[in-house]
Amino acid sequence: MTAKVLVLGIGNVLWADEGFGVRCVETLAESYAFGPDVRLLDGGTQGLYLLPFLEEVDTLLVFDAVDYGLTPGTLKIVEDDEVPAFMGAKKMSLHQTGFQDVIATAQLMGYCPEKLILIGCQPEELEDYGGGLRDVVAAQIAPALAIAVEKLRALGIEVREGRTESNDLADPSILRGAYEEGRPSEDEACRVGDDRFLPQGA
Amino acid sequence: MVSTPNGFNIDNSGQRIVVDPVTRIEGHMRCEVNVDENGVIRNAVSTGTMWRGLEVILKGRDPRDAWAFTERICGVCTGTHALTSVRAVEDALGIMIPDNANSIRNLMQLALQIHDHIVHFYHLHALDWVNPVNALKADPKATSELQQAVSPSHPLSSPGYFRDVQNRLKKIIESGQLGLFKNGYWDNPAYKLPPEADLMATTHYLEALDLQKEIVKVHTIFGGKNPHPNWLVGGVPCPINVDGVGGVGAINMERLNMVQSIIQQTLEFNRNVYIPDVIAIGGFYRNWLYGGGLASKACLAYGDIPEHPNDFSADQLHMPRGAIINGDLSTVYDVDPRDPEQVQEFVDHSWYTYGEPGKGLHPWDGITEPKYELGPNAKGTRTNIQELDEAAKYSWIKAPRWKGHAMEVGPLARYIIGYAKGHEDIKGQVDGLLKTMDLPFDALFSTLGRTAARALESEYCSRLQQHFFDKLVINIKNGDSSTANVEKWDPSTWPAEAKGVGMTEAPRGALGHWIKIKDGRIENYQCVVPTTWNGSPRDTAGNIGAFEASLLDTPMERPEEPVEILRTLHSFDPCLACSTHVMSPDGDELTTVKVR
Repeated sequence: MTAKVLVLGIGNVLWADEGFGVRCVETLAESYAFGPDVRLLDGGTQGLYLLPFLEEVDTLLVFDAVDYGLTPGTLKIVEDDEVPAFMGAKKMSLHQTGFQDVIATAQLMGYCPEKLILIGCQPEELEDYGGGLRDVVAAQIAPALAIAVEKLRALGIEVREGRTESNDLADPSILRGAYEEGRPSEDEACRVGDDRFLPQGA
Repeated sequence: MVSTPNGFNIDNSGQRIVVDPVTRIEGHMRCEVNVDENGVIRNAVSTGTMWRGLEVILKGRDPRDAWAFTERICGVCTGTHALTSVRAVEDALGIMIPDNANSIRNLMQLALQIHDHIVHFYHLHALDWVNPVNALKADPKATSELQQAVSPSHPLSSPGYFRDVQNRLKKIIESGQLGLFKNGYWDNPAYKLPPEADLMATTHYLEALDLQKEIVKVHTIFGGKNPHPNWLVGGVPCPINVDGVGGVGAINMERLNMVQSIIQQTLEFNRNVYIPDVIAIGGFYRNWLYGGGLASKACLAYGDIPEHPNDFSADQLHMPRGAIINGDLSTVYDVDPRDPEQVQEFVDHSWYTYGEPGKGLHPWDGITEPKYELGPNAKGTRTNIQELDEAAKYSWIKAPRWKGHAMEVGPLARYIIGYAKGHEDIKGQVDGLLKTMDLPFDALFSTLGRTAARALESEYCSRLQQHFFDKLVINIKNGDSSTANVEKWDPSTWPAEAKGVGMTEAPRGALGHWIKIKDGRIENYQCVVPTTWNGSPRDTAGNIGAFEASLLDTPMERPEEPVEILRTLHSFDPCLACSTHVMSPDGDELTTVKVR
């Protein structure tokens, strides 16, 4: 059966708060039950690989860490025509095929979903390779999910409390718990080198 | 002027141009060149402005999980890193995989190669040669005639088809939303195609977007999902149940038929669109044979696509292994990634320290200790560099060397090595291409040669896919449905200490993962990735790397619009995300040439 709604988490889990989107989808799958018309997907930083998933739905809801220049941990929701502009406002991750390019490509090919919702969270820290979510960002997962559920229900999509089995989430070894608890200590593996990649202006 | 030991003349007296960041690549890269009064590049400095260190995240973790982490390093080579990782662990623990697992892994690895090559050419590299804005001036009828002349077998060639695409393009460009095409130097005279060729190639840009969605279904079928397909130490995580219907994840006839149809579609695209496009576009640039760099001197490949499981002998690999040095194509040396004297990384010009100068470390003994300092002739500040001092440390990329030699890796290196070894398929393709284009063998040592080798390889990979598909089907029909060997899955069966190496050919070149396991956990993990080879800085002796060498002696039409630099750097399909680590995002403000 074709999924009509795609709930997509994007970002790179290896880069601290960059993992916000992926962790949201992960938590959503653990907390809510959706029907077969809703697909939950960990999109990582996959660029063009995501096109076929956009093609098959009418509604796209994206969770992502977006640099809006706001206070870390602030959620911002934008919809429809505003979405590409917001995603393109600042480079949101490492990859050059940013998600704004994926949207632009989908539009060029005529398979961009009609309804776009972006739930973005202002990151606190991206420059920590191997790190997990910072507290202020992790604390926004639950509110972000509540907003997502409300938006989806307003579109007439059935959302119940429970669980969704999805084959499209991360391997168990890099789900948030295993990933963050298994991190080697700073003594074992040097995390930062010098002021070049310490957070600037802190 | 300085002569490097590997045979290049460098002169850094002319005007300095800084390109930062280099766009349409994965990751973050900066390039500085000096041009003389005629606009010819006389010195090139390539630097990764990101820091890396996979050991930082893998130390102490379960070796059986390493693939899932390496798959996340970047958004391009996902599966190749995963495959390299499981091979490294299997090598360390002496795990033998079954025949079906070998065929399935090859099918997945080949799908990734083909996908990457096609996406690279049409969506990252073509815009260095093709001008989509100029396509608006094309006559659709003449474009149709060109298409039929270039590739009579391609069915999409009517004037109406090209007119439709042109109208679609027109709408985008006139709306002012150039979108994907917004960052080009569209009035630069470095663009040589007539409007009809521009329209034909831009049309194929769109066709390739549709096709690439199909190619990756091979990953979904065998890897259970895509993005981020599943991998398994000991084999592949997909059961085979040919009579099953709809069983989750199991390989049945329906899914195999789908794979067969994708292979056929892809092969046709490679033959009827990709290769003819490269020949047609290349024909208009046949006098632009710059960018060879190291290719004619030193090439390295680890080889890949083993015919039989667990057998990595050079003569059993469909993608060739070997090393060529000093420009002597009559001798191809074998490569042993375990030999501590062969692959070594140097850091004299990289922002790391080994405690003593001039030292090279084999990856098993690799250390990643950052040491960030600018040379006395650098301009700017520590956090805002205006100009690098390449006589000192200047890159977050280490300098890997093979027996002390700087090497080029990637499709062109593989094809030169294959040709030199007399690899039948490769030799046939190369000779055919040169004959069609009426070019001498030496024309291969160029930016266009690199681009052409990638196209030929994509077609060869499609044929290899068919080979392994047939092999898989025959094996299943003969009753073998085994896809994994789990005898040594339990860490209690492992020795207290073990070390291993995994090798693959990633789309952009030789990739190696070196692992040390102690008491069931990862003790050290080092990746030496293709872009580390190609993008390496100078070494202790002053040898320059492949990117730097490739830019020398190239004339620029307009130094402030670095089309030629981008063209040559893109021809390597660079990927900086895994060779390096991110630095402060303020880096964008360093841009001297606003690279768009």
